[in-house]
Amino acid sequence: MKTAFPFVYLRSILQARRHIVGRIPAAGNSAKHWKGHTLMLIEMRGIEKVYKLGSERVNALRGIDLDVSEGEYVALTGPSGSGKSTLMHLIGCLDSPTAGRYLLAGSDVSSMSDAALARVRNRQIGFVFQTFNLLPRATALHNVEIPLIYGGLGSRERRRRATAALERVGLADRMKHQPNQMSGGQRQRVAVARALVTDPSILLADEPTGNLDTATGNSILELFAQLHASGQTIVLVTHEADVAAHARRHIVLRDGKIESDDANK
Amino acid sequence: MLILEIIRVAFGALLANKGRAFLTMLGIIIGVGAVIAMMAIGAGAQKAVQDRIASMGVNQLRVFADRTTTRGVTRYRSLTTDDAQALRNEMTLATAVVPDMGGQYQVKYGNKNNSVRITGTTPEYFSLRNYQLAAGRFFTNGDMSASQRVAVLGSVAAENLGIGPQDVGSTLRIGGMIFDVVGIMESKGSQGGWDNPDENIFIPITTAQYRLMGNNRINGVTVQVVAQEWMLAAQGEMERILRRERQLRPEQQNDFRFFNQQELATTFAESTKIFGLLLASIAAVSLIVGGIGIMNIMLVSVTERTREIGIRKALGARRSIILLQFLLESITLCVLGGAIGMALGYWVAKVMASSGGWEVIVTPQSLLLAVGFSVGVGLFFGIYPASRAAKLDPIEALRYE
Repeated sequence: MKTAFPFVYLRSILQARRHIVGRIPAAGNSAKHWKGHTLMLIEMRGIEKVYKLGSERVNALRGIDLDVSEGEYVALTGPSGSGKSTLMHLIGCLDSPTAGRYLLAGSDVSSMSDAALARVRNRQIGFVFQTFNLLPRATALHNVEIPLIYGGLGSRERRRRATAALERVGLADRMKHQPNQMSGGQRQRVAVARALVTDPSILLADEPTGNLDTATGNSILELFAQLHASGQTIVLVTHEADVAAHARRHIVLRDGKIESDDANK
Repeated sequence: MLILEIIRVAFGALLANKGRAFLTMLGIIIGVGAVIAMMAIGAGAQKAVQDRIASMGVNQLRVFADRTTTRGVTRYRSLTTDDAQALRNEMTLATAVVPDMGGQYQVKYGNKNNSVRITGTTPEYFSLRNYQLAAGRFFTNGDMSASQRVAVLGSVAAENLGIGPQDVGSTLRIGGMIFDVVGIMESKGSQGGWDNPDENIFIPITTAQYRLMGNNRINGVTVQVVAQEWMLAAQGEMERILRRERQLRPEQQNDFRFFNQQELATTFAESTKIFGLLLASIAAVSLIVGGIGIMNIMLVSVTERTREIGIRKALGARRSIILLQFLLESITLCVLGGAIGMALGYWVAKVMASSGGWEVIVTPQSLLLAVGFSVGVGLFFGIYPASRAAKLDPIEALRYE
């Protein structure tokens, strides 16, 4: 929806609840269980992304073919400028490809409108960032509730699911704390809870251990391992080889292309 | 609910920056405050004038001399006591014909020596203008026919001379001539600036004409007409009598002019309209300036919270939600400022009115107008920053330090 006139947004907000309510599946009943067989979550074909930096055109991605099926734990690595951030943004529906086709859980998101992409981010993607990106003035519980608020859930259901998500990451006793009252590891756990609370198809983590010491980082990676064991699809973007080693599959990007795609031992 | 969250975030942002929010609101506070204060004072003044018009009655006509210009020569000829006498003798539609003449004289009482405006008139003058006595009596027709040296003092004139109710019966000197103080009037209040009866001393017109001023020039004649519907006829009658009395040839224009309460009301309505326009322009300027201040601070707020916007977008907030959130913030600023401005304006009006001696009327329309303007300013000046926030690229916003 690339319109310059903002009143159009107001109209669409009135339709917001109708669109979203009911689209967020209840916990344990998500899209990945709809069908008996394994679902292909990410299907990318010939994905290209071109940026314009002034008059220069930068080919960040030059033809990516990528399949990630439900339940996989994928690490995405590559040197700076390899295009891994760009690929992550595309996977996370924060951006649209210049060319190519991207099916996320079966639906084509490569040409979706802004509002539709927001909806996909809300219910299909759970983001975990290097810098946690929690809202500073909100409690842990409120931070975790935010995606559900944008999903249009009622307050009681929201509270129940946010509480459950925080319990799942081991923060049952920190719900009323604000981010500045918590350690880095705890903040990242809140962020993981926030990512999981909508029961997303993909947990998309961008350097989740980058701002943590090794021990705390490992505890986060353990948490990821547990989530993977319970069937959560995880895509982990990192530049550290030992972090990537935690994943089951390791994709290396170089110069906008996939250089290698191996299963980890 | 989504809307509740949006409201909560908007208020949270304002509460986190209380000082800044207040400074931002100042423009709106002053703008709305000025509008409310001036409207309240204006409405109060209007009511005061209307009350006065009503108390003076609409069936009064006043005639006074006017300049005439014939072939480039401007002439001015006062009305005289003879003109007044002719009106009194010949008018059929008048229940009272009251001339008045005046001048500034030194008045001595005890060790006081003040310059006071002396008005010579007839006893009907007091009832015509609804003047009330605080002590003593008005002068009578008997005083008038005998050209008695009696004086009725306006409240301020009496006070300035140090004359109290107990001094009725004592004497004072007007222009060196001894007068008896027979009455002191109750305070009446200014009747429009140039002619405050409280500051006057009233004496019989005959005394003024023959003893004090020594001429027969009068300021004007006030005529009370039998009924309001006869005003025009009475005016015609007066015109006829005066033209004959003043020996105007048919081709000459009137060298006198009429003034009635109706006209005063019309004049007042016109000045009210001008006052209203002035008010509107002040309001417009201050609200625009205040609104620009709000737009400015909202742009700062959007920049400061770029990262937060990025997070919210990544978590699934659509543009419309971000837009609404910032719009609501600016509207809240404006409405809050408007509310404070209303209180401030009311208070200012009250203080000003209590010193000016008239009442404050805050009309529901002015409140509605203030609220409407606040919301309008918030919307108008909030749209641009809010749409800028809504259009932020989530990737850029998440990278923002």
